[in-house]
Amino acid sequence: MLLALLQRLGQMVFVMFGISMLVFLIFFATPGADPAARIAGRNATPEVLEAVRKSFGFDQPFYVQYLTMMKKIFITGDLTSFVNRGWKVVPAVMDTVPVTLSLVMGAAVLWVVFSLIIGIVAAATRGSWIDKTLMVLGLIGISMPVYWLGEMLNLITQSRYHDTWMFSWVPPLGYKNFSDDPKGWFLTLVIPWITLSILYIGLYGRVLRAAIVESLQEDYIRTARAKGLSEARILLRHALRTSLVAFVTLFGLDFGALVGGSALLTEVVFGLQGVGKLTYDALLNLDLPIIMTTVLYASFFVVMANAVVDILYMLIDPRVRTA
Amino acid sequence: MSAVSDTLDATPKSRGPWATALRRLLRDRAAVAALILFLMVVILCLLAPAYAQWTGTDPFKSTLDAVIKLNGQDVPVMEQSTEGLGLGYTPIGPTWQIGNYFLGADNQGRDVMARLLFGGLNSLFIAGMATVVTLFFATLIGLTAGFFGGIIDTLLSRFLDILWAFPVYLLAISLSIVLITQGLDLGLITIESGSLWLPIFIIGVVYVPYVARPVRGQVLALRESEFVLAAVGLGVPSHRILLRDILPNVSTTLIVFVPIMMALNMITESALSFLSIGVQPPDASWGTIIQDGQTLLYTRPVVALAPGIAIVITVLALNVLGDGLRDALDPRSKIRIGRS
Repeated sequence: MLLALLQRLGQMVFVMFGISMLVFLIFFATPGADPAARIAGRNATPEVLEAVRKSFGFDQPFYVQYLTMMKKIFITGDLTSFVNRGWKVVPAVMDTVPVTLSLVMGAAVLWVVFSLIIGIVAAATRGSWIDKTLMVLGLIGISMPVYWLGEMLNLITQSRYHDTWMFSWVPPLGYKNFSDDPKGWFLTLVIPWITLSILYIGLYGRVLRAAIVESLQEDYIRTARAKGLSEARILLRHALRTSLVAFVTLFGLDFGALVGGSALLTEVVFGLQGVGKLTYDALLNLDLPIIMTTVLYASFFVVMANAVVDILYMLIDPRVRTA
Repeated sequence: MSAVSDTLDATPKSRGPWATALRRLLRDRAAVAALILFLMVVILCLLAPAYAQWTGTDPFKSTLDAVIKLNGQDVPVMEQSTEGLGLGYTPIGPTWQIGNYFLGADNQGRDVMARLLFGGLNSLFIAGMATVVTLFFATLIGLTAGFFGGIIDTLLSRFLDILWAFPVYLLAISLSIVLITQGLDLGLITIESGSLWLPIFIIGVVYVPYVARPVRGQVLALRESEFVLAAVGLGVPSHRILLRDILPNVSTTLIVFVPIMMALNMITESALSFLSIGVQPPDASWGTIIQDGQTLLYTRPVVALAPGIAIVITVLALNVLGDGLRDALDPRSKIRIGRS
């Protein structure tokens, strides 16, 4: 157990190192890309470019730049932005984390609950019109671009039907702190939660149905039937349990990626200043310190989520424990 | 089972695996309908230049002072606003007359219908070519890592791990932002900034681990199978084993991935274009048109609505087709549609 844990930790450090290297290479070693030129702006003279290079340390060797940045993120924590000089990066990222966490966790509750319902109902009624309708709806959910769905919901709730009884409660776009205004926090996030969760409801519902239908073919289900257990008990206690393995794997990966910034399209459409939006703005300004910090933070979540999934495996599926 | 063996006995010549798969696919009514729907979208988009010529509008040029005939009256394409200072312009809404600003105009007075068709052409092209890029690199990496094993496998697998842990959109956006302004200069190949090949290359690369990992797993299993061990034992050169014995066995997986990756690529392309780091103006794609429609969202929602519906229809068709292909070719595979 301890060895496995250490292995995980080693893997995490390796992946984070790899990702930070990749980001560095993308911004410094891509042929034709010159961060100094971006920072100096259009039509900068060679003297200005040289000055920018010097003041940002771009004239130093690659590994020195990399190590300096890592030291400033992890040890001293005083990394400052390239674009807004003096803006501390680590606190800036930390400020956006609650927004993203609020968005992703609320959406995760929605998508787990609804995809469980859809997956179980579809598997229980497999082959019927209910099953087919649910699966087609799920497929439509998967096929919608999330930012477009968000815009359409904005169109409906902010403009077209805003003045009707249905959506008059929807507040204007933006984020309210939970500690200042819990009700406002909830109301502003309802539509973003729905937007973000639709894709995953469709995806997870379909995955769960397929997994349950597959596990219903297994020997232990036949044994359970032979024991005379009710169909509902077989489905919920026996088939569903092993099917949750696929579900939990997906959930770990997606949750990690979303908290790490993949929710940025939803954040952009709804004007939520989360990690994804911060990264996106920093990318547009080529603000490498922020990009570096958020990307490291993202990879940390992704690898952590993977580790948690491995542990959950052992809790759900007894077959993994012995293997 | 007995029914199956009866039919097998009854037919003297058994069909090949491909013919069997094709028959199975053609019997899947949803998949056939999806294929027809997808081909219809492709054909409609291919007609874009003809449509533009027929209507006589240039979908890539601002036409702020154009006037069209509508029910016998002259109507300006850009209407001067009557509110406020009267400085703003509102583009004409949908006329629902085919060939006559059917879906209205965007904020530069361009025919949205014509742009939708041209944009679709670009979206389909990028999604298709990016799929080729992904499958090419994924096959290369998957075959090499799975077959040769050892240090090569370790290096390639760790590299895939890193790409895998990098959220797709962040990686794609990082690459796009750096490359879109400056273009890519790889010595041999130079891609101009604003070229369609940039999003193709970027989208193609970010999805490599999604395909390379299952391919590697399959090759790993095939490597231990008897016919490959026999070939190795006989001293058949590696490249020949890879091409003649292993590649044909992973080809079904690769084919199943084609529509699935195209669907995924189409959504990714539209997202990048929506963030204005995909297809560059004056070129259009469904993503850029949605972005154009953002400022008009509350006044002329059709501009953003139409390309979104086009994406949903196309991606839905591709996903249904992917489901059907998987059931026909490789029913036990765990390939899933719609990873994001």
